[in-house]
Amino acid sequence: MIAQLVVDGLLTGAVIALGAIGVTLGLAILRFANFGYAEFATVGGYGALAAVLAYGGTGAPLGPFTFGGFMAVALAAGLAAAGLMALIGDWAVFRPLRRRGAGPLVLIFASFGLALVARNLVLLAFGPQPEYYSREIQIAVLLGGVRVMPDQVLVLAVAGLALAALVWLLRRTRIGLAMRAVAENPALAQACAIDPEAAIRATWLVTGALGALAGTLYGLTVQLRPEMGANLLLPLFTAAVLGGVGSVPGAVIGGLLVGVAENLSVLVLPTSYKAIIPFLIMLACFLLRPKGLFGR
Amino acid sequence: MTGIASYLVFFVTLASIFAVVTLGLNLQWGFSGQFNAGVVGFMAVGAYVYAFLTAPLQHGQVGGLHWPIAPAMIASVLATALVALVIGRLTIRLRTDYLALATFGIAAAIHQLALNLEDITGGGRGITSIAKPFQGLGPEGFALAFGALALGLLAACHLLLQRLVRSPWGRSLRAIREDEIAAAALGKDVDRLRLTAFVLGAAPMGLAGALYAAFIGYVSPYDFTAIVTFQIWAMLIVGGSGNNRGAVLGAFVVWALWSMSGIAVVHLLPTRLQVQGGAVQAILIGALLIIMLVFRSRGMIGESLHSSPVLQDETAAGRS
Repeated sequence: MIAQLVVDGLLTGAVIALGAIGVTLGLAILRFANFGYAEFATVGGYGALAAVLAYGGTGAPLGPFTFGGFMAVALAAGLAAAGLMALIGDWAVFRPLRRRGAGPLVLIFASFGLALVARNLVLLAFGPQPEYYSREIQIAVLLGGVRVMPDQVLVLAVAGLALAALVWLLRRTRIGLAMRAVAENPALAQACAIDPEAAIRATWLVTGALGALAGTLYGLTVQLRPEMGANLLLPLFTAAVLGGVGSVPGAVIGGLLVGVAENLSVLVLPTSYKAIIPFLIMLACFLLRPKGLFGR
Repeated sequence: MTGIASYLVFFVTLASIFAVVTLGLNLQWGFSGQFNAGVVGFMAVGAYVYAFLTAPLQHGQVGGLHWPIAPAMIASVLATALVALVIGRLTIRLRTDYLALATFGIAAAIHQLALNLEDITGGGRGITSIAKPFQGLGPEGFALAFGALALGLLAACHLLLQRLVRSPWGRSLRAIREDEIAAAALGKDVDRLRLTAFVLGAAPMGLAGALYAAFIGYVSPYDFTAIVTFQIWAMLIVGGSGNNRGAVLGAFVVWALWSMSGIAVVHLLPTRLQVQGGAVQAILIGALLIIMLVFRSRGMIGESLHSSPVLQDETAAGRS
């Protein structure tokens, strides 16, 4: 029973971790809490759904999975939709505000407003009912006494791959170096001929893509709903704060911890209180260790 | 009353209730710079306390206290202030982003509690038959009298808050908003001032919640979702934070736009999209807030440039 809960928690935690990395990079480089961040998950997830609907399904199921090869194309469409939204948001709203020297609180309001617009556009276009990429039934496999869906295993693998790609981007490419430099000190980065605007655009793209990936994987294993992003917001921020702002490994561990804690909470609390757990963790973190587990 | 007149009374009543909340938020944000992203949570506390104290016993819940209206209203304001005191103490070290996240989470937690503490809140069914004042006057008399009550309480809140922010205490608040360290260096007790402002700002939110419950006669968790917080913030930003008259004006303007867009949705949108009409309204309000922030972040009125009412704006120099 406990093993099952922990494994389920790790699987939800992997999705939370992906989004939390986006949140933590945003906090470090863009320097404000993006309350609209979780809408990248919604827009990405529904972007992929639009592709699936246009194609008429995901193709013949691959092996034990519920979806076919077209899912990869749909995922690309979701990433593109969220990336576009990130760039448009930055160009139309955040860049003008930055130029005017607006404080982080004004940026938070603006992100709140953008979130509302994005979520309701999705609601208008797709309706309030839950959606699925595929309605195939899948058979759980038993791994050491724990039931796991093949899709969930794939989600874990994709999350791991995305993490590896992100670490490569941050450590081994010029733009990754520029992003880390701007996180450290924008003025100094600029003095070293790094264009902060380019680094900020790259951050929007990368964090938007991470959010979209999280949203699509969530849609694959749970379901798509217009308010899914709004419901993911607190877990994502909790994971980022718990891991320590700016720390990618921290966000991953924070995400996994939040996922496991949420699932284990049903042992002591009624299931309906599951949604409060991330908030309690966040509050405890603020009070006991505001810089997080791996923060500086 | 004709249809339009009775709609106007209804509009003024709700706009006044929202204006009371906006005034409270203005004390927290406009004057002392504390980002409360959980406004709706405090309204919910006020509404539920009022409902719990006045409603008759229903579906096997605890309750049936049948308190009279005035004491119940005062109790709900005090309860909200008490909740704000606890939350303010917990979050006193948090600034900007973190305070926003914590208060946002608190509102979400209050929503979950309202949904899950079924014995007290009725869960998703909510609480019905909440005591309404002026029941002896008939429906028209009730509408008019309640509108007058809401307007009167709004005027009272405005007067009180205006006196507070014009006082030396109000100037200290603005000082810590602009520069906490400098204010502390001048001997201001920053934590105490922030906490007092947070609690005093939450009290009108509780009052407005109780008024709302008394006006509608029914509360449910679905009345208190994050979109309400957003509306209140839009009201403050559009009207002009740091100015109490701006806060009231913003509440009336934004509520008018919201109501008119609701009417427009009913008349213009094809029936197929009617259910999603709320989405169109939310998109409009979100766009309005963004446009206001980008093009006129001061709001319609904005903060006056002087700390003293004796000085005129024409003599202003420097700050823009």
